[in-house]
Amino acid sequence: MRRRQAVVLLALGGLLLALYLSLYKLGLIGTLQCGTGSCEYVQTSRYAELLGMPVAFYGVVGYAALFVVGLAGMQPRFANDRRLTVLLAALSSLGLAFTLYLTYIELFVLRAVCRWCVGSAVIIAAIWALSMWGVRRTD
Amino acid sequence: MKGFHTLLVAVAVVGGGALWYAAQRKPAPASTRTPDRGAPPPVAATDGFRGFTVGSDSAAVEVVEYSDFECPFCASFATVQMPVIREQLVAKGKVRWRYRDFPLPTHAYSRYAALAAQCAGEQGKFWEMHDQLFFRHDWAQTGKNPRSLFRDFAKGIGLDLDRYDACMDGQRYAGRIQASVEEGDRLGVNGTPTFFVNGRRFEGRPTSDAFTALVDSLTRQRKSKT
Repeated sequence: MRRRQAVVLLALGGLLLALYLSLYKLGLIGTLQCGTGSCEYVQTSRYAELLGMPVAFYGVVGYAALFVVGLAGMQPRFANDRRLTVLLAALSSLGLAFTLYLTYIELFVLRAVCRWCVGSAVIIAAIWALSMWGVRRTD
Repeated sequence: MKGFHTLLVAVAVVGGGALWYAAQRKPAPASTRTPDRGAPPPVAATDGFRGFTVGSDSAAVEVVEYSDFECPFCASFATVQMPVIREQLVAKGKVRWRYRDFPLPTHAYSRYAALAAQCAGEQGKFWEMHDQLFFRHDWAQTGKNPRSLFRDFAKGIGLDLDRYDACMDGQRYAGRIQASVEEGDRLGVNGTPTFFVNGRRFEGRPTSDAFTALVDSLTRQRKSKT
């Protein structure tokens, strides 16, 4: 149960972060608070969009899905439901793969790092680790 | 479990509040520079690039302009005063005009616009892109990502888009822009546009009439010395 709580909390954090980047892409936030990163370069590059949609929107959808599945998994009747554990693992693996692709683009194509993207990468990696741990524990 | 739900609601409320605050917050005044803002500090270039110029190399007067493509005052100058200056001073060989980048960190897309102009400059069309960015300045008011619009500008002025994309994606001239900013900092530039005429800071109201009077005066002084 603790693991799913952690997943839900992390997914909520990721959702807020992705929403922030989405609002920026929609022009509702003037400037990204980026500190010493290269958020502007990354977010204005052609890789910040995929199939005509800003990458941040995929983040919103992905984290929202993880949040809902994680929250459902906390209900007593699903507490020992392995299908939700596997679903969480599958969703987080998909998210991690996408994040690894984006991180590769940042490091080796754009040669610029957006700290919000790093934050999201840390969150999805933590969710993935917790989800995989859940899969192993229920074997 | 109750404690967890309380924590969840607290995170959602705080996070939602922060997003709401970020969406409500007005950008800082456009013409002033706050040095601690979060612009990316790329490594300054050491290629010795001194800015794009227009006008005769033998002109008696050189005006250096530190400007920001997103700044409304710079756009106003570029669209109202600059055409007259180009016609009356630059085209007649009286002035050489040098453009230096000074993207203000208060602006979201200043550096990106500067990069677009530099990438156009790589293909010999800096001034064409300069004009597109200033004359079609709506992009600076919407706050929306101007990437595709700038690419349209690039296409419109006849750039090779593959080269333009490669230049933009690789941030090829980010170092030049940073070097220009650092040079402006050393010279005490604290807002845009800022002008230096033959190395001396121009303090008046930047109008074509003011520049014409100053250039004529400097030209006369130079003639009387020779």
